Amino acid sequence: MEILSRIAQGLEAGDDAAVPQLTRDALAQGIAATTVLDEGLIAGMNVVGEKFRVHDIFLPDVLLAARAMYAGMDVLKPLLISAGVASRGRVVIGSVQGDLHDIGKNLVGIMLKGAGFEVIDLGNDVAAATFVEAAKSQQAGVIGMSALLTTTMPVMKEVVDLLKKERLCGRIKTIIGGAPVSRDYADEIGADAYGYDCAQAVEQVKHLAAVVS
Amino acid sequence: MNDFPLARLEPDSASVYAALGLKRGAEPSARAAALLPRALETFRAVSKPRGMSRTVSAGEFAAIFAGMGRNEPQAPLAGIYPRAQRLDLFAFTLGEPISAEIARLFAGSDFALGSMLDAVASLAADNAGRLAEERLASQTAAATKTFLYSPGYCGWHISAQEPLFAVLRPQAIGMTLNGSFLMSPLKSISGVLVSGPAAIHGIAAGYPFCGCCQSPVCRERRIGVAE
Repeated sequence: MEILSRIAQGLEAGDDAAVPQLTRDALAQGIAATTVLDEGLIAGMNVVGEKFRVHDIFLPDVLLAARAMYAGMDVLKPLLISAGVASRGRVVIGSVQGDLHDIGKNLVGIMLKGAGFEVIDLGNDVAAATFVEAAKSQQAGVIGMSALLTTTMPVMKEVVDLLKKERLCGRIKTIIGGAPVSRDYADEIGADAYGYDCAQAVEQVKHLAAVVS
Repeated sequence: MNDFPLARLEPDSASVYAALGLKRGAEPSARAAALLPRALETFRAVSKPRGMSRTVSAGEFAAIFAGMGRNEPQAPLAGIYPRAQRLDLFAFTLGEPISAEIARLFAGSDFALGSMLDAVASLAADNAGRLAEERLASQTAAATKTFLYSPGYCGWHISAQEPLFAVLRPQAIGMTLNGSFLMSPLKSISGVLVSGPAAIHGIAAGYPFCGCCQSPVCRERRIGVAE
């Protein structure tokens, strides 16, 4: 369907005026909202994410695309809700206690929403117990934690340990990221995944969500 | 020492693009490049830069450095500050309006402009630290180097913010701490300007906390680039 390709292309171009109009046009053509979402908006964001991953584009381009994605989603959301369409999964994110740096976390949240996830953003300076309680109460399958200070990284381990203590590791997976964080550190504390950047974080969350579901 | 003209704080375009992940030598897209003048214009319009400093003795600083006793056992600054010729507590903020503007842009889904303004503001705050370093260095002998060290980095626990704030009192320029020792307004920096022979600043990577750190603005790496 050509219009779905045009939606994807509009999204790649970050055209937040064209994308919602094309989305409305696609619905008017009788295309199901879920098809417009999967084969138009998410397909376009996947291309954007891949281009970002291989450094063909840089962050502002991704965020322009995300804005266009949101504009398209605003059109689809009422239809998806009324049709009872489930999201790809629910993810709790936040910057760990002692850390007010939240730009990276925000970007991951934007990208996750663009990939079809439901995101519960706890903000910054989030205590370990708050992460776990939120994941439990919101029935989230993944907890994403961000830190920019070396001195706040231990809170990530506290979350992992708390999940182990409550025997929730099978049901709630963890992913960590931030400038001082590494794959080795994720392994060391027992986190399930590490995201070097927001594109990689989204890919990792997709894997984790698949495992949890 | 405490005057921070915006023109001296404003980052260059290459730094902003690099902070946002543009590869060295690559050109930003026209759409992305068009955002930078808007971000800089907003930066100039809403920033309220204010800074302050206070010279302290090594004895006074010892208590600040020790903080609440939560530093890493081998925090490099422990071996650096006792050999300094001069120690100046330092705090700087760009003010609350720029953080409010960044939050407003994100809330309105203007993520690209919001992230660019965030990058501009973060780099400007870093530049304020560099400017303070330069000014102090210019007052001292040519062989003297001044570097800013901040709680929360390189094994110096962030809880040291509390004694630092108690002595410096940057509340006078609108800066406060929350219960997790984090500063408000968000685009603020604090720490100690350590002036002394270049040799005292050497940090050999290899501390336990260096092993898991990939920070691109590390002191040790900055020395590696600058010298």
